[in-house]
Amino acid sequence: MTETTAPPPAVPVGAARRPRGAAARTGPNRPLLGTVGIVGFLVLWEAVPRLGLVSDRYLPPASRVLASLGQRATTPQFWTAVGDTLTGWALGLAIALVAAVVLGFTLGSLPRVRAFTTSTVDFLRPIPSVALIPLAVLMYGTDIRSTLLLVVYACFWLIYIQVLYGVADLDPVAEQTARSYGLGRLARIRHVLWPTTLPYLMTGVRLAAAVALILSITAQLIIGSPGIGREIAVAQSSGAVASVYALIVATGALGVVINIGVRALERRVLRWHTSVRGEATA
Amino acid sequence: MLKVTGLQKIYNGGANAVEAVRDLTFELGEGELVCLVGPSGCGKTTLLKCIAGLMPPTSGTVELAGQAVTAPPPDMAVVFQEYGRSLFAWMSVRDNVELPLKEKKVPKGRRAELVAESLEAVGLTRFADSYPWQLSGGMQQRVAIARAVAYEPQVLLMDEPFAAVDAQTRADLEDLIRQLWKRLGVTVLFVTHDIDEAVYLGERVLVLSSSPTVVQDDITVDLPVERDQLTTRRDERFTELRARVYAQIQQAKNGTGAAAPAAAH
Repeated sequence: MTETTAPPPAVPVGAARRPRGAAARTGPNRPLLGTVGIVGFLVLWEAVPRLGLVSDRYLPPASRVLASLGQRATTPQFWTAVGDTLTGWALGLAIALVAAVVLGFTLGSLPRVRAFTTSTVDFLRPIPSVALIPLAVLMYGTDIRSTLLLVVYACFWLIYIQVLYGVADLDPVAEQTARSYGLGRLARIRHVLWPTTLPYLMTGVRLAAAVALILSITAQLIIGSPGIGREIAVAQSSGAVASVYALIVATGALGVVINIGVRALERRVLRWHTSVRGEATA
Repeated sequence: MLKVTGLQKIYNGGANAVEAVRDLTFELGEGELVCLVGPSGCGKTTLLKCIAGLMPPTSGTVELAGQAVTAPPPDMAVVFQEYGRSLFAWMSVRDNVELPLKEKKVPKGRRAELVAESLEAVGLTRFADSYPWQLSGGMQQRVAIARAVAYEPQVLLMDEPFAAVDAQTRADLEDLIRQLWKRLGVTVLFVTHDIDEAVYLGERVLVLSSSPTVVQDDITVDLPVERDQLTTRRDERFTELRARVYAQIQQAKNGTGAAAPAAAH
């Protein structure tokens, strides 16, 4: 659960010296502490309902919740729900990413058009995606497109704003170097502008990945489109409290897995960037 | 080879217009190594950008081998002062050097040769797979020089390339430039604010006046071709030339410079 899955430092063979901060950091054993923390939490969770501090009708002990989760995990229905949730997440994120990159690069390089659209963007951006739920239901019912509408709307702005900042961060010296070596417009976008924007873009993607999961589950929970969210609603209405908790734990686990995945991706594509350079040697 | 005629650059037309360069005319012969010195803020960088085709002059022309320069010419390479920003942090040393060659559509085999040769020439063969940020400042500027050399330019423009490196590295890099210049027969325009550097490196030194800029003096450096950090700098003639450039710069600063360039050669 901790970030010990970091790849080995990205120092190429032949590098004379390792970058600053290369000295191995001595300190407490992080994975061990993390495990101890989780175990402690589970023990507490087990004890509170068993000691009668909270009625186990509202908070079943950890063992029962985990048993319920284990039992659910053997059913294909559970995995279909996980698949549906992840599909809504991935598809929504992907659509938002492509749209934000295309629009961000286009508008970012056209200062006039950008100035023209800023006020509209500032108006649309703060609208919470959940406010669109009635609209989504009207348009698409309980179809996956309802989920996608919410996910795409929320994620698009997160990534789009980052891309605009990234494009604006283009270093004039790098740009002039590229021009003086005869790099054409497309080559400059690919070799200079894109890598410059990438750290910003990755921040946007990291934020959007978490938000996309939240909205994907929200849509399923409220609209009833297929996925873990709907399973939670069903478990709740049938009074299966342990199941409700089990599914909540499953969404949490999904969030952790997504976060680890995005961090790993970030480390990989930004191994040259200051933010990762330092981290990678820690 | 490189001909600058009546070059003028005014930033931001209108009431708050700034005339960075007034009227510059000079010429570089093929294979010459010319240093351009001037007081700080005299528009050296502006001039260089106009010559490199990165910025259109307000009036006047730049010609490279008889062709007017309106965009970055294919046989010119520029080495910038800010090596850290000029090199691409997301590419290895090899990829940095190779990228312009790819864009120039140099065949793959020849590209590998050029990259290897140029890295060899600057003594960085071992670091081809490193990233620029893993190297020291002096080494990074060597990478930038290797990139320029691999591009096989006829004219090499250098904009205060050693202003941000330490004194010892600087001396090494100066010798490297002399050595590359002799070996490749390339025409070099080297912009600096350092008088010693200008005299040590150049075959000719152009002194610019303070802004708005004109060429104040054109001095031929009649030192031997083989130069050495110790003996050359102790040479009596070196001291004389240095004193002359220094005096000209002082004049330029005080704005009492001669309007017409002295014809010293």
